[in-house]
Amino acid sequence: MNTETIQSGEKYALELKNITKAFGTKVVANKNVSLDVKFGEVLAILGENGSGKTTLVNMISGIYRPDSGEIFVNGEKANINSPKDAFSYRIGMVHQHFKLVDIFTATENIVLGIDDGSRFNIKKSAAKVAEISERYGFDLDPNKKIYNMSVSEKQTVEIVKVLYRGADILILDEPTAVLTPQETEKLFAVIRRMRNDGKSIIIITHKLHEVLSISDRVAVLRRGEHIATVNTSETDEIKLTEMMVGKRVSLNIGRSEPENPRDRLVVSHIDLYSADGVQRLHDVSFSARSGEILGIAGVAGSGQRELLEAIAGLQNNVYGEITYFDPSNDAMIDLRTKTPMQIRDLGVRLSFVPEDRLGMGLVGNMNIIDNMMLRSYRGGKPVFLDRQPPKALAERIIESLQVVTPSAQTPVRRLSGGNVQKVLVGREIASAPSVLMAAYPVRGLDINSSYMIYNLLNAQKENGVAVIYVGEDLDVLLELCDRIMVLCAGRITGILDGRTAKKEEIGLLMTKAKEVQRDND
Amino acid sequence: MTDNVKTAVPKEAHAGKTPWVTITKRDGVGLKRRILIRVAAIFAALVLGSIITPLVTGDNPLSIYGTMVKGAFSEYRIWGTAQSFVMLLGISLAVTPAFKMKFWNIGAEGQVLAGALATAAVMVGLGGKVPDWTVTLVMIAAGIGAGTLWGVIPAVFKAFWKTNETLFTLMLNYVAIQLVEYFLKIADKSGSNTVGPSLLTHGRLPVLFGQQYMLNIIIVTLLTAFIYVYMYYSKHGYEIAVVGESENTARYVGINVKKVIIRTMALSGAICGLMGLLLVGATSYSIDANLAGGNGFTAIMVSWLAKFNPLLMILTAALIVFMSRGAEEVSTKFGLNSSYSDILTGIILFFIIGCEFFINYEVHFNRRRGAKKEEAE
Amino acid sequence: MINGIMDFAARAILQGTPILFGATGEILTEKSGNLNLGIPGIMYVGMISSVIGGFAYQSGGNINPALAIIIPTLSCLLGSLIVSFIYAFLTITLRANQNVTGLAITTFGVGFGNFFGGSLIKITNSSAPYLSLTKLSRIFSGQKIVPDSAPWYQHLLLPLGFLVYVSVVIALVVGFVLKRTRVGLQLRAVGESPATADAAGINVTKYKYLSTCIGGMIAGLGGLFYIMDYSSGIWSNDAFGDRGWLAIALVIFAVWRPSIGIIGSYIFGGLYILYNYISVSMNMIPIMQMLPYIVTIVVLIITSLRKRRETQPPASLGLNYFREER
Repeated sequence: MNTETIQSGEKYALELKNITKAFGTKVVANKNVSLDVKFGEVLAILGENGSGKTTLVNMISGIYRPDSGEIFVNGEKANINSPKDAFSYRIGMVHQHFKLVDIFTATENIVLGIDDGSRFNIKKSAAKVAEISERYGFDLDPNKKIYNMSVSEKQTVEIVKVLYRGADILILDEPTAVLTPQETEKLFAVIRRMRNDGKSIIIITHKLHEVLSISDRVAVLRRGEHIATVNTSETDEIKLTEMMVGKRVSLNIGRSEPENPRDRLVVSHIDLYSADGVQRLHDVSFSARSGEILGIAGVAGSGQRELLEAIAGLQNNVYGEITYFDPSNDAMIDLRTKTPMQIRDLGVRLSFVPEDRLGMGLVGNMNIIDNMMLRSYRGGKPVFLDRQPPKALAERIIESLQVVTPSAQTPVRRLSGGNVQKVLVGREIASAPSVLMAAYPVRGLDINSSYMIYNLLNAQKENGVAVIYVGEDLDVLLELCDRIMVLCAGRITGILDGRTAKKEEIGLLMTKAKEVQRDND
Repeated sequence: MTDNVKTAVPKEAHAGKTPWVTITKRDGVGLKRRILIRVAAIFAALVLGSIITPLVTGDNPLSIYGTMVKGAFSEYRIWGTAQSFVMLLGISLAVTPAFKMKFWNIGAEGQVLAGALATAAVMVGLGGKVPDWTVTLVMIAAGIGAGTLWGVIPAVFKAFWKTNETLFTLMLNYVAIQLVEYFLKIADKSGSNTVGPSLLTHGRLPVLFGQQYMLNIIIVTLLTAFIYVYMYYSKHGYEIAVVGESENTARYVGINVKKVIIRTMALSGAICGLMGLLLVGATSYSIDANLAGGNGFTAIMVSWLAKFNPLLMILTAALIVFMSRGAEEVSTKFGLNSSYSDILTGIILFFIIGCEFFINYEVHFNRRRGAKKEEAE
Repeated sequence: MINGIMDFAARAILQGTPILFGATGEILTEKSGNLNLGIPGIMYVGMISSVIGGFAYQSGGNINPALAIIIPTLSCLLGSLIVSFIYAFLTITLRANQNVTGLAITTFGVGFGNFFGGSLIKITNSSAPYLSLTKLSRIFSGQKIVPDSAPWYQHLLLPLGFLVYVSVVIALVVGFVLKRTRVGLQLRAVGESPATADAAGINVTKYKYLSTCIGGMIAGLGGLFYIMDYSSGIWSNDAFGDRGWLAIALVIFAVWRPSIGIIGSYIFGGLYILYNYISVSMNMIPIMQMLPYIVTIVVLIITSLRKRRETQPPASLGLNYFREER
């Protein structure tokens, strides 16, 4: 049984050896990744969106299985097929999306699914929860209902849930993404206490200052590959950014000089609150100009979605001013208090390619023609739909954008990701917008489709459209955009010239929230 | 630290856990295959029916199905079959827009009764006091209006406060039933359970071509065309489909979701009210609590089985009516209870409901190629 | 006076008990996220199954009190189990639409009951359109007529057969299990958020099957009570009326808590027969019988207006669960 335990040198809590995982035939999420975690240490895994961090830890926690490679726990080869298996190896993961039953108390959620044969006694469990909370310094009321909790409290429940099951290896997937700086500090204090208790903690993040403040070592992933693991004490933000974003890659996306740029959309001092009262945007001000592509960079969840939705009239709690300048006569139109319908009725030609293509931009079960109609069906004859124009449009888009589909009658959910996006972008461009907003328009697309989208955006720009492009690939932003605005935790941390900006500079601004916060104080 | 080494690893953690069967959602099953699966299901149900029926009747299965055909289509029963068919189809069409919107209106029974009750009340209340054509006009307005009201009430609560519409519409059925009972008590002092043709004489809708049910047939035919066009070719129908598929998308393109919910349920209720109007004012000239005869519930199944397509509904409604009319004949012939048709209908429904699974999902059987051994090493 | 009130209370309890069985079963089922609109049909099948079992036993001649209870009860449980299982299989394994499946079950169940009820009536060659199991019923039911001279508490207690107590005990046990046990916690998690339960390692399918089948059997006992106690063993087609739907109404009225269901069922029962005890015209009877539904609608509206999380329907009610394979 123990023949394999004799390993060379130091013993590790967790070792990954040559882990490879691919989804389908195209996307390789992790390529030959080898990592190790010591007892009583905090390892940060750092990488951009799509660098394969979450996939990697999902294999440790039993959600995915590696295609090849091995995992060792305490020096023994581990066979992890399910989250339950992971728990039997004392590995627990706190996901980004909490899995909690809203109407249960903290304790009820924590003990859910545990059947150790003992008598069910919720009071005793609550006492144990309180004890764990005290030991690590969590601020948690065991009897509080989840629906009464803040995001940070919910996260605490998830962490205690893992500790309650006796996990020795904790994986935290972007735990600070949803927290305020104060809450983050509290969480880090807890993490340090857990580390001092001998536990091993893997924390995923892309915020550099957090990596530097909490971790003992940092493993950097880029495009699914493990770049290096370094001791935190021997590195700094610049070095880490270089490893994370890599050398600048030339993509040869064309970029013309903006012609006669004029303010088309001016956003000033926007504050925005989500439905549950959390502030998502802080004092955001910028302008989008005709004949120009304004890029928005930032780690996922920095407020990009909320910003675009606020402009499109889909957010309720927005304060500040959003002004649209009519290209024909430069009349100012206030958009902030308008619904999408009112915006349209005012003759504002605003197009929006949302991030959630099949959940918001398109109806998956409808065919291409009917999806074309989403924007235009109100026009034309009264009462009845006129399917001729959308049909012609669908056919035009299929042909000009080379959409691969059996016919225009095919439900869009049966198309591949790239083709879905072509349909969506094609429709939004077709209404001859004067402002075009696109959120992650190339996410999940192959190279050719991506270039087609870049070209479409460039063509719009050359037609005098004010284009707002939310992207995640810095190389693309640098080659495509005339100006790049960086969002971090709902604040603008910089607006740079796309032609002169440095990749590292953007990388730093994307992770700067804390410094900016300090400046404001 | 040594504690960590002793980490208990339960044995089952090592067992390869490839399940013996995996189910995946599937997409884009060809039309041919979809039809084939459904036909197979109906066939299987008929086979099961032909195993059970002889056990009860002692007759051979083929002759039983012969009897059923006779029961549905023989000369003196065909008009009755047609009447049952158009009523079921009409109510199925009524619930369809709501279902397409994913609003689970199971209150059609009550909406029909509300329409019927208003019709009968007008016939009794105004009959003889004003000219008959006035009675007719008021009847039409009242019947359709009452159905609309019965549909709109739960819709308003759903739209503004997300009140569960399934439970709300279900409860409203029984409110309508008891209102009808109340009407029977006050309108007919003799204490019988129906208010019959002798009281409902004024304002009757015209009998066309000397055929009692012709008006209903014509109206439902027009209605089928109307709903088909409404659902597939009108802007309203399009909005309904968008709201049903994704409220998020509806918001994104600026559709007023609340308005669409209320408007659609008004239509649903209005058509149910129309059916109630026809049942009382053009068909039986009588009313009782069982007037809708459960069609409000059966219609839900008809509409769902047809995937909310009005043209397919002609087939599914015909199938159900054929089963029940046919089984009535079987039970008469063999001296069985007339409820036999409900049993056969139930069995067919189970099969058709169940077969949808094989259209929407794919089942793979995994061979366990000694997975356990391999992993235990 | 007091005797009159006690008589009324006893009648209200007898009216309420079948509804209580149905509602308790439905609560258990709904807590797993399955909205079983087949409950009226299942109660009907439970009823006819106990009649068939009882009829077969009674025809044999000698009647042993223990067997007279066991045989109809077991056949009732078996009948309602089979029908609940059909519902469970279609909705849980085959993921069919719950509303449609439930309604089909009710069509089938009521048809099944009336068919066999009608056929049995025919077999007995009786001239009356009903079937009588009076000998068995005497063992199940309480004393229906209590002399005026009896002390007040006898007016309340004597009419109640043992199944009344069984219904209360079952409701309390179900309430206890849901609220205070590990199984109950996990079941509620399944009904609230099957994905969360699944992630916590709970076998969602197993919980849904068990709660649907056990819930169906409890509801079936409502049929047993109705035929053996309430109607003194006399079966006639369609006499059961809308009690199955009242049971579903009661679930809402009781905001998914069996203990409130006990009180609620007696209130429903009382409203149902109140016209016998107060001076209203015969015309008002339907209005009185409408009250349980009106009250239920009011409760439904109030709970949705107040948005108190504890009184909402289980969050996944009516939705089938399917875990996407990764």
